[in-house]
Amino acid sequence: MTELSADDTDPILRGVLRDVLGLDAARAAALGPDSGLFGALPELDSMAVASLLTEMEDRFDFVIDDDEVDGDLLETFGSLLAFARGKRAAA
Amino acid sequence: MSEAALVFDRGRAHRLLIVPPLFEEMNRTRRLLAETMRRLDGAGIDGFLPDLPGCNESPQAFEAQNLDTWRGAMARAAQHFGATHVLAVRGGALVFPGALPGWIYEPAKAAGLLRQMLRARIVAARELGSDEDSARLIEHGRVHGLELAGYRFGAAMLADLETAIPVNTGQREIRQSGLDGGALWLRSEPGESPEQADALAQIIASEIAA
Repeated sequence: MTELSADDTDPILRGVLRDVLGLDAARAAALGPDSGLFGALPELDSMAVASLLTEMEDRFDFVIDDDEVDGDLLETFGSLLAFARGKRAAA
Repeated sequence: MSEAALVFDRGRAHRLLIVPPLFEEMNRTRRLLAETMRRLDGAGIDGFLPDLPGCNESPQAFEAQNLDTWRGAMARAAQHFGATHVLAVRGGALVFPGALPGWIYEPAKAAGLLRQMLRARIVAARELGSDEDSARLIEHGRVHGLELAGYRFGAAMLADLETAIPVNTGQREIRQSGLDGGALWLRSEPGESPEQADALAQIIASEIAA
C-alpha cells in the first residue's frame, strides 16, 4: 500500500492531457474524477484520442490493445486514471 | 513535377532545409516551423520548407507516394536550394537527405505513426457502431491501400510504414525536453509556441556557426 503515495500516474496523465488538448496548467489541474473527456471535450476527437493513447503508451511504457479502447475507458478522467493505474500494476 | 516550398532565401552561406513531420503532424507543426524559419532569417540563415509530394499544395497524388518517392523529393529539394544543413522533424527523419549535417528533432518511428492513424480510424468507427481492428485493416491495406487520417494510402506506403525506422547519420538530436513546453505535434488543434520557435532557432543558429 505504500506504493500508492509514490504513485505518479495522476500527474503523468494530466501532463499527457495538457499536451494533447493544449490545456493550460490551471485547466489540467482542475480535472477531477468525474470530469468528462470523450464526448464532453470538443477537442477530443478520434485523432486526439489516438494521440492521447499513443502518448500514454510512451510515457507509461505499456501497450494498449485495440479491444481495450471503448467508450467507457475515456468517459471521465477518473476512468482513464483507473485504467492507467491498472495497466501499470499489471506491467 | 514542381513542388511548392516556404522559402526565406537571401543567398546567404548557411542554408537550412527543413524536412517536416509526416501526415497530420505536419499540419500541427507548420506554424512552429514557419516561425522558426522567420527567426533564423533574422539570424542570417536561409530556410527552405518544401512540401512532400502529395501533401499541402503538391500537384501529385498522395496515393502514389511512398517513403522512397519522398526521400527522392527531399534529396532533389536539397540540391535545388543548395542546402548546407538539414533539420528533420519527427517522421521527417525517415526521409531526409542524410548526407547533410544538421539536426533531428524527436525522430519518429514509422510504425508508431501508422499505429496512431489506425487507432484514430478504429475509434471513429466504434463511435459509429462499427467494429474494425488494426490487424484486419492492415491486411486489407497491404493489397488495396487504406484511408487513414484523411489520406488515401497506397499499399507501398503502408508497407514502408510498417518497417521504416529513422536513421541518424551524425546529425544532432534535439529533444522536446530541451525546448519549453509540450510537443505541438500532439495537439488536437494546430497550435503555436513562440517560446519553442525561439528555442529551436536559438539551438540551430548557435550550432550552425560552430
